[in-house]
Amino acid sequence: MSQCVKEIGLYVRDQDEALTFYVEKLGFRVHTDVRNGDYRWLTVQHPDQPSLQLGLFKPGPPVLDEATAQTLHAIVAKGAMPPLVLGVDDCRAAYERMHAVGVEFTQEPTSRYGNVDASFRDPSGNGWKMIEARR
Amino acid sequence: MSVDSASQDPELLRRLLRAKDRMDAASHEDWPVRRLARVSRVSEAHFARSFKRAFGVPPHRYLLTRRIERATALLRDTDRPITEIAFDTGWESLGTFGRTFRDVTGESPGAIRARARAEAHEFGRVPACFVSAAHRPDLTIAVSEKRRREAPDINGSRQKESP
Repeated sequence: MSQCVKEIGLYVRDQDEALTFYVEKLGFRVHTDVRNGDYRWLTVQHPDQPSLQLGLFKPGPPVLDEATAQTLHAIVAKGAMPPLVLGVDDCRAAYERMHAVGVEFTQEPTSRYGNVDASFRDPSGNGWKMIEARR
Repeated sequence: MSVDSASQDPELLRRLLRAKDRMDAASHEDWPVRRLARVSRVSEAHFARSFKRAFGVPPHRYLLTRRIERATALLRDTDRPITEIAFDTGWESLGTFGRTFRDVTGESPGAIRARARAEAHEFGRVPACFVSAAHRPDLTIAVSEKRRREAPDINGSRQKESP
């Protein structure tokens, strides 16, 4: 018997904007995009990691009340959500590619103890650390 | 999170975050309110108030915590001279650095370096950038206020010495 994480969700301010960002700028592709009224279940996955889906959810009704949604939008916009880590095999090359298409980097590639890492944010404010695996 | 902060416009918060990110990326640089306000695309008068409301500390104090954090990491992880670390983390003199560092952390830069070397590296599996954040000072009051609060002890002992 084994178990694994299949799906992890992020809160985003706008699902269309997030979809464009994760698909066109980060190289993910759409896994599921289903709507029912205001509700939209949207997940993307990376071609190199088909076992994991990244959910891009907009907090709001009917799942959450307006006040709670507003609080979550503020938390995301303040960059207060927990850190996310993207593993890459070449951090500097990934930085060049992503920077060229307008990804907002908050830290350029930096070497630390044999690893190279950089930081960027998605349009909503979610912070990603991009780390090159030690070779 | 306070109700006050939740009522701020997320679009404004996102732009304030950009100013915070810029300080994070280059904490050794000077960050006058004018420069930060421009990054966030708000007026200078609006910036300081909005930043404090959003992040709980005024921008200059936030910058101070990042400088102390970075200096602490350099003291811990490198063999570089303390003078060099002081200038590289944004201070204009070694004296100001030493005094501010002691006021904020309660220890001198040299003492922190010695203690860090003696401790085992229990954070080995955490990415280095997050380890550094774990040592960020939690500066909930102004440094001047901190000095003021600690001052009565000094005065008290002085009075005993000279009755």
